[in-house]
Amino acid sequence: MPAPLGIIRETWEWRWRLLGHTWVTLYETLAGFGLSIAVGTPLAVMLVYSPVLRDAVYPIVVVAQAIPKVAIAPVLLLLLGAGEVSKVVVAFSVAFFPIVVDTATGLAATPPELLDLSRSYRASAFKTFVKVRFPTALPFFFSGLKVAVTLSVIGAVVGEFIGSDKGLGYVIVSATSYWKSNLAFGAMGILAILAMALFGLVELVERLVCPWYAVSERDAGAPAGR
Amino acid sequence: MISIRSVGKTYRSRHGEVVDALDDVSLDVREKEFVSIVGPSGCGKSTLLKIIAGLVPASGGEVTIRGRPVREPFPDVGFVFQNAVLLPWRTVLDNVMFSIEMLGLPGNDYRARARDLIELAGLAGFERKYPWELSGGMQQRVALCRALVHDPSVLLMDEPFGALDAMTREEMGLELLRIWEERPKTIFFVTHSIPEAILLADRVVVMTPRPGRLARVLDIALDRPRAVEMEFDPRFKAYSEEIRALIFRPRRERVH
Repeated sequence: MPAPLGIIRETWEWRWRLLGHTWVTLYETLAGFGLSIAVGTPLAVMLVYSPVLRDAVYPIVVVAQAIPKVAIAPVLLLLLGAGEVSKVVVAFSVAFFPIVVDTATGLAATPPELLDLSRSYRASAFKTFVKVRFPTALPFFFSGLKVAVTLSVIGAVVGEFIGSDKGLGYVIVSATSYWKSNLAFGAMGILAILAMALFGLVELVERLVCPWYAVSERDAGAPAGR
Repeated sequence: MISIRSVGKTYRSRHGEVVDALDDVSLDVREKEFVSIVGPSGCGKSTLLKIIAGLVPASGGEVTIRGRPVREPFPDVGFVFQNAVLLPWRTVLDNVMFSIEMLGLPGNDYRARARDLIELAGLAGFERKYPWELSGGMQQRVALCRALVHDPSVLLMDEPFGALDAMTREEMGLELLRIWEERPKTIFFVTHSIPEAILLADRVVVMTPRPGRLARVLDIALDRPRAVEMEFDPRFKAYSEEIRALIFRPRRERVH
């Protein structure tokens, strides 16, 4: 095991190059995460609103999730090349599932009384979605995002492990093969900090977007109206 | 005003069995009458409310409101449920205005009315509070304001005070009567509590379960305004015993 001081010293020596690699991994992570939000959220809405689509698509989503991403990552690299795109796609593939499942759960969690009420007022499905269902689902959506953002870091790194010449995953693989374990641990430390920072960022946005949820959680009582 | 003509409701359960929820229910309700519906669980009380509101179609029979048959949801009703189901991201005032927004009515015309109602419900000063800052009873008052803000002629209440503690519940019942006397509506009030049903209503509808049928409709001849002390009135006791007998007798017969 390398000594902590040794890790810090060597990481510091490599700081500029590590910064470049961190940027690559961050970029791949955010692109994959963004893509999973862009695809996962509308899909969750469709799953909740269309029973036909739910029966047709949900099993496929589950099967896709059941396949280990480490196993399909090499195939993705073959198809998409060793560049950044393949890493983005791997990150997307792991982040996508929690977003779909949690958002769909949130959209289905609307109290049936509120749906009856909306129907009795003859409000359109769109209005009910905007004013009732979507805000109700927001806390669920954010808990999906929190899981997804840490997973997309893992996804990007897994992609880099399998084949790349940049990114923190590449640093870990090449450093270990040259017995530079200090540097490998340094890169791992940066990855951990990166994942925590992204998690904290999502939590911050959550607090800004749905303050009622954070407060009712803090009060340890169930959110009002549930 | 509301006429329920031999309304029945059967539906198919998940296992494919046919369930009789309601059978041959007939009732005529006058304008601004307060009708309580009591009965054990599973007697189709909630289903009856949904049929009146046009949310659920009847399998047989018909409901007419001022002579017009109910075939689809219509906005001239207000709903109060067992849980307040307020929107936690909205203030008290915005929760009351929810009805106006969903109905697509002009908000500016109704905001003053919403404030009046909030005051009438004893919530003055709480307009900007959020639901989690209110007690259960206060939340239910907000739900009542939300149900009344668009001035519907019918108020449908499904065990509205069932989730409250006994003391708050009694207080809320009398509050409801006070509000109802200021803003008279035709009220259907579903409850499990026999004393609550008697204390509030002009008439008590007693239902028996599986399938839900009307056992009897009692006229409550107690004076208004009602007060809690009326529970010691001999007539109150007589009503209570009669209702109890109607609800519990069939069950005993089944056991023997």
